[in-house]
Amino acid sequence: MIIGEIPPPSGAFGVDALAMTMRFGDFLALDNVDLKVRPGSFHALLGENGAGKSTLVKCIMGYYHATEGDILIGGRQQAIGNPKDAHALGLGMVYQHFTLVPAMTVAENLVLARDDVPAVVDWSKEKKELEAFLARMPFKVPLNAKVSDISAGERQKCEILKQLYLKRRFLILDEPTSVLTPAEADEVLGMLRDMVVKGELTILMITHKFREVMAFADEVTILRRGKLAGQGKVAELTPDAMARTMIGAEQLTVQPPRAGETGQARLELAKVRALDDAGAIAVHDVSLTVRAGEIVGIAGVSGNGQRQLVEVLAGQRNPESGEIRVAGDPYHARREEMRRHKMSLLPEEPLKNACVGGMSVADNIAFREFDRAPFASLGWWLNRGAFRDDARKKIAQYKIKTRTPETPISALSGGNVQRAVLARELGGDVEVLIAANPCFGLDFAAVAQIHAEIMAARNRGAAVLLVSEDLDELLELSDRLVVMFHGEFVYEARTSEADLTVVGRHMAGH
Amino acid sequence: MADGSIGLWTVPLAVFGGAIRVSTPFLFVSLGECITERSGRINLGLEGTLVMGAMSAYGISYLSGSPWLGVLAAGVTGALLGALHAGICSLPRVNDIAVGIALMLFGTGLAFYLGKPLIEPTAPRLPAIDFGWWSDIPQVRAALRINVMFLIGVALAPILYWAFRTTRWGLLIRTVGESSDAARAMGHSVLLIRLRATMVGGFLAGIGGSFLSLFYPGSWNEGLSSGQGITAVALVIFARWDPMLCLWASLAFGGAAALGPALQSVGVTSGYHLFNAAPYILTLAIMIITCSPKRTLTGAPAELSITR
Repeated sequence: MIIGEIPPPSGAFGVDALAMTMRFGDFLALDNVDLKVRPGSFHALLGENGAGKSTLVKCIMGYYHATEGDILIGGRQQAIGNPKDAHALGLGMVYQHFTLVPAMTVAENLVLARDDVPAVVDWSKEKKELEAFLARMPFKVPLNAKVSDISAGERQKCEILKQLYLKRRFLILDEPTSVLTPAEADEVLGMLRDMVVKGELTILMITHKFREVMAFADEVTILRRGKLAGQGKVAELTPDAMARTMIGAEQLTVQPPRAGETGQARLELAKVRALDDAGAIAVHDVSLTVRAGEIVGIAGVSGNGQRQLVEVLAGQRNPESGEIRVAGDPYHARREEMRRHKMSLLPEEPLKNACVGGMSVADNIAFREFDRAPFASLGWWLNRGAFRDDARKKIAQYKIKTRTPETPISALSGGNVQRAVLARELGGDVEVLIAANPCFGLDFAAVAQIHAEIMAARNRGAAVLLVSEDLDELLELSDRLVVMFHGEFVYEARTSEADLTVVGRHMAGH
Repeated sequence: MADGSIGLWTVPLAVFGGAIRVSTPFLFVSLGECITERSGRINLGLEGTLVMGAMSAYGISYLSGSPWLGVLAAGVTGALLGALHAGICSLPRVNDIAVGIALMLFGTGLAFYLGKPLIEPTAPRLPAIDFGWWSDIPQVRAALRINVMFLIGVALAPILYWAFRTTRWGLLIRTVGESSDAARAMGHSVLLIRLRATMVGGFLAGIGGSFLSLFYPGSWNEGLSSGQGITAVALVIFARWDPMLCLWASLAFGGAAALGPALQSVGVTSGYHLFNAAPYILTLAIMIITCSPKRTLTGAPAELSITR
């Protein structure tokens, strides 16, 4: 039996997901969750990593088939077998990872996304139609540019425009602003909000930024560990109340207060230049000094050379020119230099950049010291017992959730992989710490622990270089803030004196 | 005296004629592989496909009396081998390179086994068009006797170039090759598109094989292919996955391969084997010049297992 009427043929419609349960084997990803998105509303879906947000929207979009539960589109029950069914009903989704094809132009990407791509595309006709469509839209994108050549902000706009071009009337956005500057985020969300108010669109946005929830959303649904934890009107809630609902009773690591004096220069970059994989200049003659006992934050939208800069410091990429000094000595990212200067690295995507996925947690934790006593005799005979003992100690100390020290590290969740890397890198003395997006995609508990560890390292006198795309994280942790744009440092300020709008402007290159 | 009247011009003329003859199988295999690789898979099995194509073309041509039926049979055989490659690669955790190597050995082995009775008989051969009718000089006439398959291949390159840009299938193949996530998000079946691209690639490679047995050298034996299939795969890489560049690369390679025999025909016999190695030296030189350890290959489909 099908409940409800046929939905209206145009304008915004609502979506109700009723009593949704989703099982993956033994794991209960969704447990009897209700989500009611009213037509013509801006609805936020909040929750920690692993709370079931993505699973829920993927059930709505037809990627997963819920074990139990019903989906009502515009009040009428619908069986959504695959994403194409969802598209036909007017549902669209903007993913956290871009779904544009980088090697193709914006116009090609837009036309390609249609369900009715003609067998032979008449490009002059299509371009005219696209231009006419863009003229009606609140934001502009360069049609003939390759997607790989445009900025992350423009790509996100393209993704949203693509959905509007496909005449979607119910839009799901998965963390849409993670690659945008605050100003860009406000622009994009503001324009979508206008369309919602006009009754053209309904929006369901997955996010973890309370600021955006407060500013743009009408209603909010909060999930915790696969269960509905709360829902209500945003106007009646505070960020604190929402955060408490998200986290539940879990105890978070308390961050130590900022303490201690700034000391001597520890890490010095002088006119460092590096190329990206395509051979273009990614890091353009940057100079920077990080002193003992301070955290220098590098802000910037992703793709402005931060990754290449960190790779140079980590030894993953050779600099083209320039000089790096650590504690006054020239530095070439050799293992011996890193050991001598007690350098630690928390690169982004730790499973890829700091671990060997197929090797055990114990082995991964021992990487820095594995060929020294007590782990090795004579530099070559490895003592497995020492590996295991050290790992056991650090697993307990850093609350790493793993079945055994011998479990391959790739079997751990993102937060626990990062905890293992943290245990290796911050377990001993640290004089220089380089961290890149250390909390990306992690839950509150892991974030709080990592932030506390970084601050503690600073207080013990380490020079910390923190590269992050999360401005809130930088404002919270760093003593000094540098903005990186197009491979150059374009702005520097003491964090306590930094003006958020000025920082945002520099991040966007103005 | 006709022979003496053109003197050293014999060499460029012979290189020209040789380039066209030698390049034809390269052209077909590389265009086919270009389609397959643009969809994000590498089919190294094309060497086996080429030999199977040569054998089946020769067999069908002999049995039916029509070389064109033979060409069709070669294409169909190639498409089936392509489907086999794509089918195995659709299984989880299967590596396309390893499957390709297995199919290369399988294809050549099967062709030798099935082709045993075909070594003796003579099959009808493919026609050529005489563009040299205006000349009295035999060398010019020989060089300008251009086979029909070459002309088809030359026409195919710009057609593919155009198709990658302006047809739905071209755009889909590129999407799947550049970002399977994007293709999946749009609701396309990545495996199905790759299956079709690999089958078309196999079809063209099979046709390339039919040229070997039905035109030049024009007979079936076990030493027919000297690694043209595998070399064509390398040609695609240094042609940067561009069908037009595949055409030029095939011609350059064919010309280099014709250099040895051409020099021999005017009496330069010293270093014969060295000149025969010219195409491989050329390949190495181009690879070294155009590659850099600091850069990723430009134009490489992002989903290829060698670039990912």
